[in-house]
Amino acid sequence: MTTLVIAEHNNAQIKSSTLHTIAAAKQLASGVHVLVAGSGAQPAAEAASKVEGVDKVILVDAPQFADGLAENVAAQVLALASSYSHIFFPATAAGKNTAPRVAAKLDASQISDVIAIESDDTFQRPVYAGNAIATVQSSDAVKVVTIRTTAFDAARAEGGSAAIETAPAVADSGLSTFIRREVATSDRPELTAARVVVSGGRGLGSKENFALLDPLAEKLGAAVGASRAAVDSGYAPNDWQVGQTGKIVAPELYIAVGISGAIQHLAGMKDSKVIVAVNKDADAPIFGVADYGLVGDLFEVLPALTQSL
Amino acid sequence: MKVITAVKRVVDYNVKVRVKADESGVDIGNVKMSMNPFDEIAVEAATRLKEVGKATEVIAVSCGLTQSQETLRTALAIGADRGVLVETDAELQPLAVAKLLKAVVEKEQPQLVILGKQAIDDDAGQTGQLLAALLDWPQATFASNVEINDGTATVTREVDGGLEVISLRLPAIVTTDLRLNEPRYVTLPSIMKAKKKPIEVVKPSDFGIDPSPRLKTLKVVEPPVRKAGVMVPDVATLVEKLKTEAKVI
Repeated sequence: MTTLVIAEHNNAQIKSSTLHTIAAAKQLASGVHVLVAGSGAQPAAEAASKVEGVDKVILVDAPQFADGLAENVAAQVLALASSYSHIFFPATAAGKNTAPRVAAKLDASQISDVIAIESDDTFQRPVYAGNAIATVQSSDAVKVVTIRTTAFDAARAEGGSAAIETAPAVADSGLSTFIRREVATSDRPELTAARVVVSGGRGLGSKENFALLDPLAEKLGAAVGASRAAVDSGYAPNDWQVGQTGKIVAPELYIAVGISGAIQHLAGMKDSKVIVAVNKDADAPIFGVADYGLVGDLFEVLPALTQSL
Repeated sequence: MKVITAVKRVVDYNVKVRVKADESGVDIGNVKMSMNPFDEIAVEAATRLKEVGKATEVIAVSCGLTQSQETLRTALAIGADRGVLVETDAELQPLAVAKLLKAVVEKEQPQLVILGKQAIDDDAGQTGQLLAALLDWPQATFASNVEINDGTATVTREVDGGLEVISLRLPAIVTTDLRLNEPRYVTLPSIMKAKKKPIEVVKPSDFGIDPSPRLKTLKVVEPPVRKAGVMVPDVATLVEKLKTEAKVI
C-alpha cells in the first residue's frame, strides 16, 4: 500500500501545502511517494526528497508541465496511478482543479477537503460550510483525496533522503494553453501559511480604508485576509477571501476587523488558535468564536493597536 | 453554439443547518431551498453569452428530486431557454451527477458547459472537473472572466495568489467563481415568461446510468464548538492579554 502525493510547487521550491499533504499521507502507515511534475523542476524534486517521511520522489520534467495545466497533470498522474492505493492532493486551487480529473478516469468517488483520516478507507470531511462533519467510507480501489492543509501539521522539510526517480512524461493534451499569470508580489507571508492573519470586513467601508490594515499587518508580519462581503464590495481581491468558498486558514493569531462573522466566514477561520475580533456591534456573531473581543470603532482601534505593538 | 448550465437545488445560503439526532445527516425538512449561488452565476454567464450573440441557445440542466423543477424555473427566469431535469430520488454524489450530465451533453452537443465551482451543501467542488475528464474536454475552473472567440474560450481564473489566464479549445467546461458576474434580479414578467418555457424530464435509467452513491456516509456530527472568550475594554488590555495570556505576540 503506497500513497502518491501530488506536490504543489513552483519548479524551484515545493509549497507548504505539499508538506501538510505529505504529513496526512504518513498517517496511513503506508509508503509515501511524491510526484513532482514540472518544467526545470529538479530543485523542487530535491526539496521534496528531503522531506521527512518521503520514500521516493518521482520527477517528470517536460515543458507541458510548466504551468500546472489540469489536463496534463491529471494525465500524468493517471499514467502512474495503477501502483497506488491512495492519491493525495492538497485542497488548494491547483489540487482542487486537478484531482477530480484523476478521480473521474479511475471511476473513483473523490473525497474532498479531508480533515481527519480514520483508516485506509474512512475519512472525515466538513460539509455545509463546516456546520457538520461527515465521516465517509470509500470502497474504490484507488482513493482520490484532497487534504485540507490546515488540518494536518506540516511534515518537516529536512531530515529525509528519498531517491529521485524520473518517469517519462505524457504528451501535451493540446486541449488548453497557458497564457499568463497575474500574481501579486508581496513581501507578506502567504495567507494559508501565515502565523498571523489580519482580516477586514465590510466594516472597513472602502478600498482606501481597507489599506488601514496594512500597518498592523506589517508590524505583526501578518498576511491580510478579507470577508466575502469585503471582496464583493471591491475592497479586497478575491484571493484574499477567507471562508467556505475562499481560503481556509488556521493561523496562531487571527484578527478580524469589522467582520460580523457570517457562518460562511467562520468556516474559513474558526480553527485558528487565537481569535481577536474588533467590531462596533456588540451582538456581532464573530464575538461568539473570538477569544478576545473588543467592541469599538475600528478607525480608532486600528491605529491604537498598531501603535501599541 | 449551444450552452448548457448545470444547476443544483441546495439549502439556502442563509439557513444554518442542524445535524439529525441519529447522526445520519443534516435535517433539511422544512428549510428554504434555493439555487446554488455559484450556479446562479453560471446561468447569468450563459445568458449574457446569448445576449451578446455568442450563444444561440441556453439549456439549464438539473439532477435530483422533482422539486428541482423550481430551480430550473429560476434558471429559465434568469434567461435559459429550456430546462432538462434528470429526475431521481437517489442521493446524488458528484461522480453520478457528472455521468448524468455527460449523457445530456452527448445528446445536446453544446460547445460550452458552465457550472458553479462548488455547491454550498456538500462543498465537494468536483462536478465540473469530473465532467470535463469524462468528456475528455478542457476545463477552466474558478473563472472570473470568460471570452468566446473563434472556437476558443479565453478564461481568467482565480488561483492562489492572483489570477491566471488560459485558453481552451471548444467544446469546453467552465466553472464559475464569485466575481464572474452579479446575477440579475429576476423580475415578475421574467418569472411569468419562464412558466411557459419547456422542461423535459428524463430518468437516469433512460441513459442506462446507475446514480447510487458510492461513498458511504457513516455518520454526520456537529463540529466541535469553539467557546466564546472574553470581552476586553480597550486596546491596552487586548495587547496585554495577547502578550501574557495567549502569548501569540
